[in-house]
Amino acid sequence: MITEAPPRPAAPRMLVPPERDRAGAMLNVFSHGFLVTWGVLVTLPLLWAVLQSVRTDREILSDPWGLPTSLHWDNFARAWTASHIGSYFMSTLIVVCGGVFLTMLLGSMAAYVLARYPFPGNRLIYYFFVAGLTVPIFLALIPLFFVVRDTPGIGLNTYHGLILVYAGYSLPFTVFFLHSFFRTLPTAVAESAAVDGAGHVRTFFQVMLPMAKPGLVSVGIFNVLGQWNQFVLPQVLMQPRSGFDADRSVLAQGLVALAIQQGYRSDWSALFAGMTIAMLPILVVYVAFQRQVQTGLTGATLK
Amino acid sequence: MRRGRYPFIISFLALPLLVYGLFVFSPYLQTIGYSFTDWGARTPDFEFIGIDNYRRLAADDSFRGAFANSLFFFITLPIVTIALALFFAFMVNVGGRGNRAGVRGVVGSSVYKVIFFFPFVLSIAIVAVVWRNLFRTDSGGLANSFLMTVGAVDRDHPLLFLADPGTVKWLLLAVAVWSGTGFFMVLFSAAMASIPRDLFEAAMLDGAKRGQQFFRVTLPLLRDTVSVAWVYLGILALDMFALVYALTSDHGGAHEASRVMATEVVATGFGSFRPGQFGYACAMGVTLATFTLGLAIVQLRVLRRERIEY
Repeated sequence: MITEAPPRPAAPRMLVPPERDRAGAMLNVFSHGFLVTWGVLVTLPLLWAVLQSVRTDREILSDPWGLPTSLHWDNFARAWTASHIGSYFMSTLIVVCGGVFLTMLLGSMAAYVLARYPFPGNRLIYYFFVAGLTVPIFLALIPLFFVVRDTPGIGLNTYHGLILVYAGYSLPFTVFFLHSFFRTLPTAVAESAAVDGAGHVRTFFQVMLPMAKPGLVSVGIFNVLGQWNQFVLPQVLMQPRSGFDADRSVLAQGLVALAIQQGYRSDWSALFAGMTIAMLPILVVYVAFQRQVQTGLTGATLK
Repeated sequence: MRRGRYPFIISFLALPLLVYGLFVFSPYLQTIGYSFTDWGARTPDFEFIGIDNYRRLAADDSFRGAFANSLFFFITLPIVTIALALFFAFMVNVGGRGNRAGVRGVVGSSVYKVIFFFPFVLSIAIVAVVWRNLFRTDSGGLANSFLMTVGAVDRDHPLLFLADPGTVKWLLLAVAVWSGTGFFMVLFSAAMASIPRDLFEAAMLDGAKRGQQFFRVTLPLLRDTVSVAWVYLGILALDMFALVYALTSDHGGAHEASRVMATEVVATGFGSFRPGQFGYACAMGVTLATFTLGLAIVQLRVLRRERIEY
């Protein structure tokens, strides 16, 4: 939990001798000094990169420390069309929407059944899912490529293929997290739903899922960020297979390719504009759900 | 009990199990199996070759280099990140003016947390675009331009930064620390906030200085959290794929000085310079995974001793 401790009643003054006052004040300046320094180190590079997105290539190269003199919004138009950031953006949107929806649906279904229905083999299936938590993706990468290529109806460089793969790799954590969440929900509500004649499926969708909303939001944000930023999987699975195959690169992958190519094409301002476009949705989600993101991600690690 | 219990259980578990089994679990098992074969793009009809791939790995200079680099990050990344994160978390939580209630957080602690945390949610691609351009090898780079202006670097001999085999590892470490510290600072900070203030006040009354408070009170109570963070950072350090791939020129760049195990797996399987040596790449994947799993087991078995209740 990230909550500030409630203000405590002030201790009697005599508890803290006056010399500690000065030590405290010194330390206070000292801590703010370090904290502000790190804050600058974190924000300055990002702010600098965002500012470059409205400058011209000439300005960027001749004076990297300069501020924008006039605002060149055309950089954004060039990034969106000529540098294909628009198309990468749409690919990412499709894959992340599909991926998160499928992850949440499958994850909550499995977690619910495993948490609330005892049956022989329940623990085994639970551990089967949770086993995927600590295994690095690189253990699967080579065969995964061929599984995706050769499974009928899937194939490399397809949105639905990547969506299914994202869902698969997000399941261990989602099941693990929601499993513990469903266990904490009271049983009385589900029982009264059963008395009222609701079937298992209806109880799940109309009673249990709405009750699990806080848990779903936490793990949902976690999955949105994770899938939006995923790099290795699309890098391996979403390469056009031939000259006729459409480029369905996602943002992370497309942006890295662009950054590497810029050395030859030298359209720096479009690169920075593309980066800014890619950063915006994350910034919006982060600012809007700042507290949930922090508690969600850190709470998740401690489980 | 309502009827249709088993059909319901089966219908809810079938699809998740299928997706997870097909795309996650079966590739894990396949990798282990293939690591004992000579399967490759040129040898689709592979044969079982025992532990030959692993023997070859032990003698492979390029993989040994990658292994050494992974080990470098495995050791340095957790130490540097945890030290910095603990320091900042301590500053935020108990660095405030201690004039009245003894111990309190600094003013604006939540603002610091919001800012510090942000790089962690950014895609590695964005991090890469920023730092590639900051460390450009000409006067158009932020770092070189600054150093030239203050006269620390000769205009005709800019620093190579990420293209310099001697510095590339350290810069990758710095970027990884830059992006991760805020997350762990928030993590530790939450753990510190749950330590009752009375303990700090009691320590203060007993005459403990801030340093003693930190090492004698805070740190022991944070042991569980730090050990979880250590495992998590160890796993991140053994990955490093995206950073190395995106920040260095030839994806392990600067004359291969920054290649790591993860980039070797991908390069050996799907790289453009070597034919797909799938069996061999699988053996690399198994080696990498062994370390990750070993780390998790050590954490569970050795580090997790008795919990302190308060």
